[in-house]
Amino acid sequence: MDFNNIKKLLSTNHGEAISVLEDTEIILVPAEKWSEIAKDLKENKDLTFDYLSCITGYDNGAGKSIGVAYNFYSMAKKHSLEIRIEVDRENPEVPSVEKIWRTADWMEREVYDMYGVSFKDHWDLRRILLPSDWDGFPLRKDYKEPDYYNGMPVPKDKSYWE
Amino acid sequence: MDLSVIEKFNKDNVVVEKLENLVNWARSGSPWFFQFGLACCAIEMMAAAAPRHDLERFGAMPRASPRQSDVMIVAGTVTLKMASRVKRLYEQMTDPKYVISMGSCANSGGPYWQHGYHVLKGVDLIVPVDVYVPGCPPRPEALIYGIMELQRKIRNEKPYTKSA
Amino acid sequence: MGMNTEYLKELGIIKGDEMILNMGPQHPSTHGVLRLKIHTDGEIISYIEPHLGYLHRCFEKHCENLSYEQCIPYTDRCDYLAAMHMNHGFVMGVEKLMGIELPERVEYIRIIIAELQRIASHLMAVGTFGLDVGGITPFTWCFRDRERVLDLFEYLCGARLLYNYMWVGGVSHDLPKDFIKRTTEFLDYFETQIPEYNQILTGNKIFIERTADVGVIPADVALNYGLTGPNLRASGHSYDLRKEEPYSIYDRFDFDVVVGEGTHGTLGDCWDRYYVRILEMYESIKIIRQAMADIPNGDVHEAIPKKVKPLKGDIYTRYESARGELGFYIKSNGKNIPSRVKMRSPAFASLSALNEMAEGWMMSDVITILGSLDIVLGEIDR
Repeated sequence: MDFNNIKKLLSTNHGEAISVLEDTEIILVPAEKWSEIAKDLKENKDLTFDYLSCITGYDNGAGKSIGVAYNFYSMAKKHSLEIRIEVDRENPEVPSVEKIWRTADWMEREVYDMYGVSFKDHWDLRRILLPSDWDGFPLRKDYKEPDYYNGMPVPKDKSYWE
Repeated sequence: MDLSVIEKFNKDNVVVEKLENLVNWARSGSPWFFQFGLACCAIEMMAAAAPRHDLERFGAMPRASPRQSDVMIVAGTVTLKMASRVKRLYEQMTDPKYVISMGSCANSGGPYWQHGYHVLKGVDLIVPVDVYVPGCPPRPEALIYGIMELQRKIRNEKPYTKSA
Repeated sequence: MGMNTEYLKELGIIKGDEMILNMGPQHPSTHGVLRLKIHTDGEIISYIEPHLGYLHRCFEKHCENLSYEQCIPYTDRCDYLAAMHMNHGFVMGVEKLMGIELPERVEYIRIIIAELQRIASHLMAVGTFGLDVGGITPFTWCFRDRERVLDLFEYLCGARLLYNYMWVGGVSHDLPKDFIKRTTEFLDYFETQIPEYNQILTGNKIFIERTADVGVIPADVALNYGLTGPNLRASGHSYDLRKEEPYSIYDRFDFDVVVGEGTHGTLGDCWDRYYVRILEMYESIKIIRQAMADIPNGDVHEAIPKKVKPLKGDIYTRYESARGELGFYIKSNGKNIPSRVKMRSPAFASLSALNEMAEGWMMSDVITILGSLDIVLGEIDR
């Protein structure tokens, strides 16, 4: 199935919720509709996106929204799809798809770790890469490196070189 | 020590030598290293211990436990999360103990020096380092040279002389 | 799947108090700095909780601060056992973003090098797996042969482990004189070596006892966990990006996708994951031979752009690395610095399925299962 057919199918099932990002083949989805659309992506006989390849968090810049991009591939139907959700920077909240695709479990934790997007209904949302007492979300564009972490200097500190 | 103990022994079957030199000779001959890899450099450390480079020629042999090892080769990037563990492992080693810092990352943060918010900029911030091996990653030959430098250092130590 | 906890509880085998055993971050068999918090009931695993991040080197942050060319050496350091694959995956994404047409010779060189790298990486996987289950000989043998591949790379570009060889639009050096001849010699030698591995590991009774039927993961569960590459193929799912979505010029070569068959037990066990890697080395040899037979002449620096500055846009590329599907999500905002690079790491997904595989097995089997997954911590933690 090519992109236009996938879009048409999703539009008939979910109506207004589906929109396409300009000049691209990316579908934009509102966060509140995401869990039912996700279920449809996996279970609809014509879509069968059985493989979630990647979840990417991204930041549109300081003061702008934070986004999450999902890349799907269907092993059965041999087609792929990218879906994006953009949420508010102050209180980013996206429904979790960890129960639909198990691989999303760790990927969502990573996005949380780096961008602070909290995934609703995730069974175990904690930091995965950084230590649990780390402050801030390092891949946000407005992130400032701390000077010290547990007594160890973090940024390039030239003072001990000279 | 000009001649090694074994060479003196070969000459006339009797060696008269300072105890310090004998101890140093024994210690330098078996720098058993701690088999503990952090990142890319660990692969080169493994390659150095593997057949082609054969680190055991120099008496260096990988040990899996800090209690049994004399040398800690910090092979790879030390992250902030790992730093406290590296320090603890160093503390678990029995004296005399030595540290070889292998590769740019362990020396100074290396390529992760500028933007690495989670990288410790040099393992010498947490443990004392005896030998630095530069390179990213150092070739096995470089590590072998580092171990030989450490042996040279050990041979010149004065373990029983009280420092003033 | 034989032993799961529910079943053992019904039989009354599990009844003791739970014990928590900490394995790592320093442990010779965790393949790097991985910490496993293992909840056990006596010898039997009830739950494994991997703790990652001990090698988190901020790859993605570096990419947001460095130009596209400068990012390539950092991709090397992510998966240091298959550095060429990382280079290749990343530059493919940038080339697609910029719409660069590559000269034929570059494509052929890249394929030859990538498949050599696959052999080197699989050798490492097989060798350390042998070490994990208690045999030191396979490790020394595999390293002996791996050094020969590294010699070829050293002859090619001067570096042993991290190469920075593939550039956007080309490769850093053309093949040196006699490279084809040396590679042919290596392949002739190496083809006689694989039967040796089969003698010491594949058919070895002790090895089979340790690995067959252990850590089984069925294909649908594996897919749900996002396993790819040899780990998924060992479960019987024929999915290889080189065939599925042929990138570069893989559609010109004749090779088979190896899938596990459950020869010594259940489909998708540790033995299958091991054997898929052995057979894939044969396929790589086949591809290299074909590519070397019809490599054209040409200039490898011809298509390298003066300035790497893609137009605004996003791309997600997928690449079949030695560990599975490697993805690069690159967002460009029209500058010479990417605004976001995300790496989809295959070993990250493989490791997330560890609990699923190891639950109900014994302590010693955890090492076997972890070794069979062939993880590289640099890539998991980035």
